[in-house]
Amino acid sequence: MSNVIRIKKGLDISLEGAATESVMQLPTADKYAVKPDDFKGFTPKLLVKQGDVVAAGSPLLFDKYRPEWVVTSPVSGTVSSINRGEKRKILEVVVTSDGKNESKEFPVKPTRDLKKEELTKLLLDSGLWNFIIQRPYGIVANPEDSPKSIFISGFDTAPLAPDMNFVLKKEGDNIQVGLEALAKLTSGEVNLSLNADSETGVLNKVKGAKIHLFEGPHPTGNVGVQINNLSPINKGEVVWTIDIQNLAILGRFIKTGKVDMTKTIALTGSQIENPQYYTIIGGASISSIVQGRIKPQKSGDSVRIISGNVLTGQKVEESGYIGFYSNQITVIPEGDKYEMLGWIAPRFNKFSTSRSYFSWLRPKKKYDLDTNMNGGERALVMTGIYEKYFPMNIYPIYLLKAIMAGDIDKMENLGIYEVIEEDIALCEFVDPSKTEMQAILREGINAMIKELN
Amino acid sequence: MKALRNLVDRVKPNFEKGGKFEKLHATFDAFETFLFVPDTVTHTGSHIRDSIDLKRTMSMVIVALLPALLFGMFNVGLQHYRVFGEISVGDPYTFDLIWKCFWFGLLKVLPIIIVSYVVGLGIEFIFAQIRGHEVNEGFLVTGFLIPLVMPVEVPLWMVAVATAFSVIIGKEVFGGTGMNIFNPALLARAFIFFAYTPYISGDKVWVAGLNKAPENIVDSYSGATPLADVTTTISEGAEIVNWSNGSSPIDWIIGTIPGSIGETSTIAILLGALFLLFTGVASWRIMLSVFAGGYIMGLIFNLIGLNAIMDMPAYYHLIIGGFAFGAVFMATDPVTGSQTNTGKWIYGFSIGVLAVLLRVLNPGYPEGMMLSILFMNAMTPLIDHYVVQANVNKRKKRLKTAVN
Repeated sequence: MSNVIRIKKGLDISLEGAATESVMQLPTADKYAVKPDDFKGFTPKLLVKQGDVVAAGSPLLFDKYRPEWVVTSPVSGTVSSINRGEKRKILEVVVTSDGKNESKEFPVKPTRDLKKEELTKLLLDSGLWNFIIQRPYGIVANPEDSPKSIFISGFDTAPLAPDMNFVLKKEGDNIQVGLEALAKLTSGEVNLSLNADSETGVLNKVKGAKIHLFEGPHPTGNVGVQINNLSPINKGEVVWTIDIQNLAILGRFIKTGKVDMTKTIALTGSQIENPQYYTIIGGASISSIVQGRIKPQKSGDSVRIISGNVLTGQKVEESGYIGFYSNQITVIPEGDKYEMLGWIAPRFNKFSTSRSYFSWLRPKKKYDLDTNMNGGERALVMTGIYEKYFPMNIYPIYLLKAIMAGDIDKMENLGIYEVIEEDIALCEFVDPSKTEMQAILREGINAMIKELN
Repeated sequence: MKALRNLVDRVKPNFEKGGKFEKLHATFDAFETFLFVPDTVTHTGSHIRDSIDLKRTMSMVIVALLPALLFGMFNVGLQHYRVFGEISVGDPYTFDLIWKCFWFGLLKVLPIIIVSYVVGLGIEFIFAQIRGHEVNEGFLVTGFLIPLVMPVEVPLWMVAVATAFSVIIGKEVFGGTGMNIFNPALLARAFIFFAYTPYISGDKVWVAGLNKAPENIVDSYSGATPLADVTTTISEGAEIVNWSNGSSPIDWIIGTIPGSIGETSTIAILLGALFLLFTGVASWRIMLSVFAGGYIMGLIFNLIGLNAIMDMPAYYHLIIGGFAFGAVFMATDPVTGSQTNTGKWIYGFSIGVLAVLLRVLNPGYPEGMMLSILFMNAMTPLIDHYVVQANVNKRKKRLKTAVN
């Protein structure tokens, strides 16, 4: 086995509501949706209209600039609505399921016979290409690029994240096929990073990938941190990444030729009655997953439903849909409450990395944190705290300031190619000045994309 | 709490857009957020946030300053009564004596604090109003630091002018809290030092009432600070330093000597330092490296050994004058100090070295701490630039090896 890479910087935020290790298969939901916003860099054009009958894997949307790039339906059924926002921007394409979950048939072959071009076409046509995310920028990969290598993180260290070895217990074969397929897409290596602490899981048995062992607090499980430690991205280089559960879906597709978006997600958070795992089909409505499972709320209280984890997830309504890349739904209390003299009170139940609170006294305590900002937005005053939660050789504040100043050269020099939002999320969490770092970073990335095209 | 919240909610619409007092929104907001942590929730990025905010961070600094302030008040009284012969140096510290000294000091120091806060916060509120942003907490600390670095006999109008200068010229012209280059509290002191030198130097300003006292009283107890003794020694070319009132290192550590209100007691300052380091509010790198720089420079002078001051034990430098206070509370200001960890070592060490260098080689003005911190404040962007540039170069080098 390879050496363990130990990462010291970072933080595990210990929250109430971790999923217990039991899985329940949920019945097929009434409605499923794809959300164009999930796909970074995608400019949606409709291929269907209300009332059209679609199968799983039927294209619903294509990209204005790269027409071969499509987004497909996760289930079979009827297109029931196309929800638009301001300026008629497409927010959701909703498919009402017919309950059969029938898929279009794709002409797959055993992986050893698949050529790179055939594989690329299969993935593009089935919409599974969207699983492949490129670095830099964290956008859906461009099939014309030839990536230096492919990186996969086999574990998730975010708060309340699902245990991937548990989720993928029965997916070993699919992952194996998925890895073989990925190997066709790059001339370099396929790298799989695993948690050194759980060496017995299904992921440790797969072949066909170079295994790296990591140990450390969040964000060690972020693929960006792993890449930065193994082989940092230079200007002009492209590497591809894929979520480990999506890799299993990809493998399943190569094996069967059918689009089956079945995945296991963790329903977590302090406001969930019995946090555990559920097997669903990707794109399912939130209500089909959380209904009847959220703790009853007192009057005046409300909850926030997050598709994803508390650091990087998307806020969704109960009437919304789970995000394309989410392996987790988190439900926490909404923090829209005033607190008298809270900034000076002892606040024993509040969590802070700073010792100006008392959470350092109880390192094992699990916290029920809400969505309050805990203060007003200010200029960046404190220094030296952000680096403690950012295990890369980058000066995060200097990078952010370069972005705010719109200085493209500086952004490049300070390492913008190596980071995406999730990597900087902990800095945002600890920031006493309450700066919106993830949003600023995305602005910078968008500016870079615009500049280089 | 409910009742107060309801009251605030009732008057709030008057200060919102379209309300009667719309223009005073920033002022209202400052008071509201002082009373209540606001109900704003996250809307982008991380859904949960650490409980720390700048209000709490700044409050921690104020807590850390309390020992120095309380001791300073006591010492103001003690020095006053010693000069006027009501208390002798050897008197036991009974409760009555401590209370008497403290009460005297409280009445002397409180007006300075009030003037500093009223003037500074007033200006902050006006600027927040003009710019339409929330009132920043930065001045809470500055307003507390300014009185502590003043001699007790400083005229109140001068405190007001210096505070106004430091807030407007030192901070607001740069864009407010977080954007300033020089430490505002030190700027206030420097302003008085250069504009009204007699009020902040000499032997008479450090003890309350001394400058108006009859000559015969002054003879019995000197108002000279240990640093002033150092200057005298150099200018007279004496073989050994003649410490006023026979004070010794133990007095300097405890702080029962004349000096600026908050800077005399090394113990009180170290208590504050421990608190700042424990809460993680101040950088241990800066604090440690300032002390290291001062001590090492002192040792170097010991080796040269040309006069009585160079021969003075190196650790003396750390406990006399404003060295400890500057190292703990001034150099560690995150806004004006170095922002990179490597830079912090360089910045802190240079402050320590420069402070001792100035003390020993410049007999005209013995207190080098203030000027060396201000100087290094100015050098900080340069230091950080090179530290960050090293990171950039590393990345470029990596690119080159990757290409080849």
